[in-house]
Amino acid sequence: MAELIFNLSKEGKCAFSLPESQVPSYEIDKKYTREDDVSLPEVSEVDVIRHFTNISRNNYGVDQGFYPLGSCTMKYNPKVNEDVAGLQGFTSLHPYQPEYQVQGALKAAYELGGYLCEITGMKGATLQPAAGAHGEMTGIMIIKAYHQNRNDNKRTKMIVPDSAHGTNPASAATAGYEIVQVKSDDLGLVDIDALAALMDDETAGLMLTNPNTLGLFESNITKIAKIVHDKGGLLYYDGANLNAIMGIARPFDMGFDVVHFNLHKTMSTPHGGGGPGSGPVCVREDLVRFLPKPVVCKDGERYYLDHDRKDAIGRVKAFYGNYLVYIKALAYILTMGPDGLKKASETAVLNANYIMAGIKDSFVIPYDRFCMHEFVLSGSRQKEQYGISTLDMAKRLLDYGYHPPTIYFPLIVHEGMMIEPTETESKETLDKFIEALNKIAKEAKTNPELLHDAPHNTYVRRLDEVTAARNPVLKWEKEQDE
Amino acid sequence: MRFTRDHEWIKKEGKYAYIGITDYAQQQLGDIVYVELAEEDLVLQQGDVLCAIESVKTAAEVYMPVSGTVIEANAELEDAPEKINEDPYGTYLAKIIIDDETELNDLMTEDEYNEFLESEAE
Repeated sequence: MAELIFNLSKEGKCAFSLPESQVPSYEIDKKYTREDDVSLPEVSEVDVIRHFTNISRNNYGVDQGFYPLGSCTMKYNPKVNEDVAGLQGFTSLHPYQPEYQVQGALKAAYELGGYLCEITGMKGATLQPAAGAHGEMTGIMIIKAYHQNRNDNKRTKMIVPDSAHGTNPASAATAGYEIVQVKSDDLGLVDIDALAALMDDETAGLMLTNPNTLGLFESNITKIAKIVHDKGGLLYYDGANLNAIMGIARPFDMGFDVVHFNLHKTMSTPHGGGGPGSGPVCVREDLVRFLPKPVVCKDGERYYLDHDRKDAIGRVKAFYGNYLVYIKALAYILTMGPDGLKKASETAVLNANYIMAGIKDSFVIPYDRFCMHEFVLSGSRQKEQYGISTLDMAKRLLDYGYHPPTIYFPLIVHEGMMIEPTETESKETLDKFIEALNKIAKEAKTNPELLHDAPHNTYVRRLDEVTAARNPVLKWEKEQDE
Repeated sequence: MRFTRDHEWIKKEGKYAYIGITDYAQQQLGDIVYVELAEEDLVLQQGDVLCAIESVKTAAEVYMPVSGTVIEANAELEDAPEKINEDPYGTYLAKIIIDDETELNDLMTEDEYNEFLESEAE
């Protein structure tokens, strides 16, 4: 492990030299000053540069290699989108600038909202939410506002499938709903009869992602929409899996009422490091009035922020959201064009099916039919026959130079491993990855110890994840002299 | 041995009772990696959280099948949480004194629990 920068500290070392101050010094009252020393590391400039450069080289990102992390859409993000978002006209904006000075910036936001509506078939958009789950919460608050506005106040429940992203129940609970789980059927789809039995006039709606987390298209989606709508509920689309359907199917046409995007996933922003993200929400026509305010509007040739919206749920973010992330999304949409977006989704689906077909003989595929942009395999055979868990195999993938896929999700698959290659990977990359997975399946049989102890070639070996989660050491503390 | 709908079991032995999770529960959780043990002398109502179990997949809470006082947690699980996977009915999480034994009547018998599992699976 690299030394902490605190341990590199040598008394008197310093990484800067400033000219002597010409401002007279001023003594601060003792009651405002700290008694102990601040314990900042004393290091030279070269120490700082080497320390952080070396740490950064231990990172792994999609610019270095394949990153098939299911549900996360770790596609390559074209650098031209970064260039556009880095234009000074965007980076130097101030949110308090008067509207007449920022017409171009407002136009960019307005047009992005329009494109997002076109992709989803919806009628209005807010770009405020800062991330996917934030978008979910905003969408659910809009659903709540819709019911309350109709004086329909007995709806206290939200239905979520047992295969849902964990954020779905969390977002609905944050918005004040009681969560009701609907189970999946043998095909891995929402159990229609179970849904019909649960849906009543106390249920606000259903949150769904389509394709679902098993990478399967909910082929009964119009029936599902009817069941929910017939009982007065609304249908929420979790846009986490939008990468499978752009330009091919629109959530509105499937019967969805509210949808969020993960712009950072589908629309080209490097993600996985904790943000910034962007989770715009689009809604059908009669829900537009509930969107958070302000909404970017157009009057003739003039763009403006409309604050005068009495039914709006309020603000969900300071200012207008993570602006530069949506500039990247706009650049992505414009450079791809409608045909390019469609091609991206088609290729994403093709790539996932290609990997699934390539590893079929080595692993159990619990839902064995064409998948969408991702699929879930089960390591149950390796577990039962050789005592090798999916965790062991994921760790072994690190030795082969890959970021491992998502594991143990969705919860309904035993020893699950969820693989999402995305459209930006070549056949050569996919072939090598298939070869690695098949090799690992063989190793499970011939050399289980190798997998038990994996990874072997990485900077750090197998970590004690339980202790790390239970007793994380989050800050450095100076050793006290006895 | 009696069972709850949340997949706990409780077994009365003399003056004490032992609580664990069912085979079905350990299968659903997958490899158990950590058990946050119950505190001794804790007085709990039926349905209160007794302790928490973490597996490679998820974290789950274990609920009190009946009201009672925790006498002892199974310290063996600190270093060997996988014992629950290996022998769910032979590995207890906590030893308790039951407040009101009539509460046991609320719980399912083995046959009832198996039927319950079947009906859940449908």
